[in-house]
Amino acid sequence: MTDAVTNPAMNPVYRKRLLMHRFGIMLSVLAMAIGLGFLMWILGTLLVKGVGGLSLNMFIHDTPAPGTEGGGLRNAIVGSLMMVGLSTLVSTPIGILAGIYLAEFGEVNKLAQVTRFVTDIMLSAPSIVIGLFVYALYVANVNHFSGYAGTIALSLIAVPVVVRTTDNMLRLVPNSLLEAAFALGAPRWKVATMVRLRAVRAGVITGILLALARIAGETAPLLFTALNNQFFSADMNAPLANLPVVIYQFAMSPYDDWRALAWGGALLVTFSVLLLNILSRTVFSQKTPR
Amino acid sequence: MPIATSSTPLAKTIEISNLNFFYGKTQSLTNVNLDIHDKQVTAFIGPSGCGKSTLLRTLNRMYDLYPGQRAEGSIMYRGQNILEPGQDVNMLRAKVGMVFQKPTPFPMSIYDNIAFGVKLYEDLSKGAMDERVEWALKKAALWNEVKDKLTKSGLSLSGGQQQRLCIARGVAVKPDVLLLDEPTSALDPISTAKVEELISELKQDYTIAIVTHNMQQAARCSDFTAYMYLGEVVEFGVTDQLFMNPARKETQDYITGRFG
Repeated sequence: MTDAVTNPAMNPVYRKRLLMHRFGIMLSVLAMAIGLGFLMWILGTLLVKGVGGLSLNMFIHDTPAPGTEGGGLRNAIVGSLMMVGLSTLVSTPIGILAGIYLAEFGEVNKLAQVTRFVTDIMLSAPSIVIGLFVYALYVANVNHFSGYAGTIALSLIAVPVVVRTTDNMLRLVPNSLLEAAFALGAPRWKVATMVRLRAVRAGVITGILLALARIAGETAPLLFTALNNQFFSADMNAPLANLPVVIYQFAMSPYDDWRALAWGGALLVTFSVLLLNILSRTVFSQKTPR
Repeated sequence: MPIATSSTPLAKTIEISNLNFFYGKTQSLTNVNLDIHDKQVTAFIGPSGCGKSTLLRTLNRMYDLYPGQRAEGSIMYRGQNILEPGQDVNMLRAKVGMVFQKPTPFPMSIYDNIAFGVKLYEDLSKGAMDERVEWALKKAALWNEVKDKLTKSGLSLSGGQQQRLCIARGVAVKPDVLLLDEPTSALDPISTAKVEELISELKQDYTIAIVTHNMQQAARCSDFTAYMYLGEVVEFGVTDQLFMNPARKETQDYITGRFG
């Protein structure tokens, strides 16, 4: 009797549980392998095909004219940096403020509930729709494509990402921490910013990086807004070269060296985002204990 | 331990009368009447869910944070009914401080944890603030353990140290009244002993109300004790009296362990 209970090989309940456990672990590992496998495949292909196009020339020459030798992606890199940078600057404060609003008033306030709902819709809106929206509202009215139009489109994509992560992170803060701050007689805005937001700093910054990563690779909204520019330009009020659109156009081109540049550009975008993510993770995991 | 006798009337800091409390439609306090005396420790004991924490949370209107919770009746503090609308709740909370069951250090340095509350109502110079932080940490018997790492995060401390940090934070703003909501239930016996010592030290300057699950703790550190059951105060009186010679049978049953 006692043997059947204590000996794991003989206890049927335990054996069944062990079997379920092994089955569960197997499925989890399989799921992970599929996910990681495709990721590695993508990164591997990028590396193999992109490394050839990667050279110093890529950073110091502009996109080549058809039929000319060499060339690089300098104008596209600069254009992308300008638009993504400005979009991040615009969408971070808006996104964080809206996220705080939702976390503070989202439970009771009708307007906040509507805002949260609309944010969710915006999150899943096809980015080409956002491009068309900015085209119809801005580009069609000023009659030219521009870096500003691209920035507006990218910001519209980035804001909901920042709002949602900030809101989600803030709602993870336990009530007990907020009560402790209120118990000292702190006004609500101070509790919200100095205690609540501070407690989830790292998570909010991750949200900003997520948004940045998302817009760094967006192509569709830029097709209708910033378009492209074959020449170097830092004028935000004129069509602006950018990596995603250049990659899109060059990858479809019949020229081998253009396609090589497209692979190089894709590699550059992917690994910049990856590097940024790793960097922020290491920096912020050191700053916040636990 | 100085025991208040009925022949020496003590000044009343807080007078609670006809207090009823509702969580939505559920009534959780019924007709509570009692006084909290100046520079005395008043303990609230009773089984889980008897309303002792709820009662404590009416004293600094903590329930205000949650819609649907409301209190009726009167709680007189400094000549004003704090339950009336139009009361400055932030000012009240600065005067009636609170320490919670679980340690809740803010996500900032040990120094800033203390300075946070002080900065809300006082404009101190750097030197004066340094002194205040040291004073509060000494009051909470934590200074020696943290004086060399004031810039470290409050979260890096152990549980017992975190709780003393929270007490220091509450003391630093120099309130009138300190509300302690089961301050030692998450602590080991050594930290508990330190906090209890602290309570008897703090009552020189502050009026203290403490909720505790631990009857020995109530007997050891309080001057007055209220036994609560199902949202009502069953018996309230001088601690020694209540424990040695309770007037009510229910109280007797609870403190002797026959119930609860």
